[in-house]
Amino acid sequence: MSGFERVGRVEDIPSLEGRAVTVAGRRIAVIRLASGFVAIDGACPHRGGPLADGIVGDSCVTCPLHGWRFDLRTGAPVGGGAASGVRTYEVLERDGELYVSVPAEGIEAA
Amino acid sequence: MSASPEPVDLLVVGGGIAAQAVCEAVLERQARTRVMLVCGEPRLPYDRVKLSSLLAGEVDPLALQLRPDDWYADRGVEAVLGRRAVALDPDAGICELDDGRSISFDRCVLATGSDPLMPPLPGLDCAAVHPFRGPEDCEAILAAAAGARRAAVIGGGLLGLEAAYGLATHGCPVSVVHLMGHLMERQLDEAAAALLVPAMERLGVEILLERRTEEIVGDGRVEGLRFAGDERLDCDLVVVSVGISPRTDLAAIAGLEVERGIVVDDRMTTSHPRVLAVGECAQHRGVVYGIVAPILDQAEVLAAALAEDDGSYDGSVPSAKLKVMGVDVVSAGDPEGDRAVVAQEDESYRKLILTQGRATGAVLVGDTRGAELLVDAVRTRRAVDDPLALLQEASRASAGDLPDTAQVCNCNGVCKGAILEEIRSSGLGSTAEVVAATRAGSGCGSCKPVVAELLALERGGAAEEPAYLCPCRKQTREQLAAVCREREIDSVSGLASACGAGRDCGACKPGLAYLVSEVNGNRHREERHARFINDRVHANIQRDGTFSVVPRIRGGVTSPDELRRIADVADRYQVPMVKVTGGQRIDLLGVRKEQLPAIWDELGMPSGHAYAKAVRTVKTCVGTDFCRFGLGDAIGLGIELERRMEGLYTPHKVKSAVAGCPRNCSEAYVKDIGLVAVEGGWEIYVGGAAGSTVRKGDLLDRVDRQDDALRLSLAFLQHYREHADYLERTYAFVERAGIDSVRQAVLDPERQALLLERYAIAKAAADPDPWREGGDPVHPRQFADLDSEPAESPS
Repeated sequence: MSGFERVGRVEDIPSLEGRAVTVAGRRIAVIRLASGFVAIDGACPHRGGPLADGIVGDSCVTCPLHGWRFDLRTGAPVGGGAASGVRTYEVLERDGELYVSVPAEGIEAA
Repeated sequence: MSASPEPVDLLVVGGGIAAQAVCEAVLERQARTRVMLVCGEPRLPYDRVKLSSLLAGEVDPLALQLRPDDWYADRGVEAVLGRRAVALDPDAGICELDDGRSISFDRCVLATGSDPLMPPLPGLDCAAVHPFRGPEDCEAILAAAAGARRAAVIGGGLLGLEAAYGLATHGCPVSVVHLMGHLMERQLDEAAAALLVPAMERLGVEILLERRTEEIVGDGRVEGLRFAGDERLDCDLVVVSVGISPRTDLAAIAGLEVERGIVVDDRMTTSHPRVLAVGECAQHRGVVYGIVAPILDQAEVLAAALAEDDGSYDGSVPSAKLKVMGVDVVSAGDPEGDRAVVAQEDESYRKLILTQGRATGAVLVGDTRGAELLVDAVRTRRAVDDPLALLQEASRASAGDLPDTAQVCNCNGVCKGAILEEIRSSGLGSTAEVVAATRAGSGCGSCKPVVAELLALERGGAAEEPAYLCPCRKQTREQLAAVCREREIDSVSGLASACGAGRDCGACKPGLAYLVSEVNGNRHREERHARFINDRVHANIQRDGTFSVVPRIRGGVTSPDELRRIADVADRYQVPMVKVTGGQRIDLLGVRKEQLPAIWDELGMPSGHAYAKAVRTVKTCVGTDFCRFGLGDAIGLGIELERRMEGLYTPHKVKSAVAGCPRNCSEAYVKDIGLVAVEGGWEIYVGGAAGSTVRKGDLLDRVDRQDDALRLSLAFLQHYREHADYLERTYAFVERAGIDSVRQAVLDPERQALLLERYAIAKAAADPDPWREGGDPVHPRQFADLDSEPAESPS
């Protein structure tokens, strides 16, 4: 089981932008879409670019360093090539506060 | 001594490209494999091939790491760094490390690589004798080179030449000492190797062939080399690069079959079914491979074997595309055969080698046209009746002649068939789209012309589709500009609701933001989500996520007071690097986002817009102020031009210069806008470039007065702002439009007056200094993440 950790308030993140935060030792990008908040790994798997600083579309974020692109719902790479994806995390919004859940262990027991 | 609690699924021993390739291939197939990685060096796997770039100072050590730290944590890969495996018991499934730890494993992969071969020479233990194998070696070599009068590199193979190149770029005189009669004999024949000699001599590298080194002379410190026949070379640094020796000691301890390397079968499995091996330590069908492409193939087969999937490794035909001493070299297969044809000219050499009527080798130096076709022929051992015809065909080869299996992009391993398939299935219409979809051409970019050719071919020779500003919705700049004007749209989100542009992937939003600002004369509604991060925080993002700060220094003219403030800021905020830029300004690099507002405040200088697609700098020479050759007031005109243009955003960055005479000290001929003083007036050049494209600007006009030069520059700037595609530099724009059409637009009095009027409107509403947002942010967290606060100014 993994719990939710408070990361900030709704108004801390402007619409269609992201901000980074560290939860359980892991850098996470929390992104505000028109439809609500999503969270993914903070570092691009390519060269570690800050995805919270990326350009956000309806469904994607584009890394500011070399333009790798990821689907914000699934974390899957977008736009072909052999790029690996990023993890996604659950975000909870309650009374204007934002909470993110990061599994305690990186890998579930097999 | 402690034992690992439970066995890991896979223990990988090694820390290079092979070990990393194994982790990637295995986790790709079976994501839940519990992998432990034991690296002998105190760092995560890195790209050893790039060590030569490290030595040449072209990259920093961190850039060599193959994957970021998170990559391992996220996949549950436990990395043990700086520890060597000292014992291996395959039957028991236990590996012992040099700190006494025992690791239990289910399967084990040896990717231990190789050691540099050090010949048993007297004097090898002198200080300043180094192998060339790891980052520490590079460091030691560079430190020794700093004070060296001459360095000797023993070994004229590929690696030795790279070491020599690296040393030469640091200005150290170098002698390459080679045992054989020509350089790189494993890849090249004598005639091909001879073509490298002039390039090496230009770099100040001396070549000594057929020299057997018998002794490193010196008493604790190197004084020179003594060769057979008592010849002597004075030097005070020696780099030894005579070959590699597969690292097999652990395998030998484990009782595995070892010859030159660790013997593996077609499933990359050693003589014990529990242990596999790949890379430079492994010997497959008698061959040990030392280049990357075969190792990636091996890792793929190894992963299949572990997953009990089909797949076998049949060996690889080695092929490599290299730059040796700045010369393009392609080598494939074996340089020797029973027959060969050669086409040789002054600076190029092309050879196709046959064995029993089949293509078995190719060597191309200086002219590598058609390399894909020839490499493919060698790889598939194609039967060749008329080798000369094939060689000639290759030099004329168009992309259409390539077989589908031919690799077009060597950086990302993309073959022709995959590119065509993607063009067909996704209906791609521009080279940019094909590059994005297939990644072909996204590495070094050298194959982009081939990609463009394939696209044209697939589309029946039809011209490329127009460059779309929003590729997701296939909307051009002209179409979107028309929508903006007709419906009086003043924002990116307005444009999105009107026609969907920028909604899907969002990547084109910065282009749309420029469009709405330009169409509305900068009286648009600013939306920061549509801006690239640089334009949200008004600083240039760097590879590590920090930023760089460049204040405006008009015309490159500064003052003691400004310099003092810059120095104080650099001190107080411990700025990691202060660098003078090519644009005659000063760059503070490695600044954290949170520090930006306080730094701007203390600098008290306006933004230089070095992070934006906007007007950047106007470089100047000292002109008539001090120079005895100066014909015009370059500094005065340059500063005025910068004032008139600064703050304006443009389709792509705009760099300018003013030169006080045609000696061109400020490089005005190769700027987007360049003014050159000549006897009795000024020349205005536009569309120059000195980046990845080098182009002398076209002469727009010659005028008598400084005012007229200024006026024409601004009219051209506005014409470019209105008509270029987003991210189209002036050199591409001028070439596409033609200088005649540009002249008509800018020189016609009526059109010029209208351009200048629209320029004035846009300039009046442009923000001259976005750094003022430091004290008045557009959002409380404009410069902060969720867990950081903007730094308080110490004042």
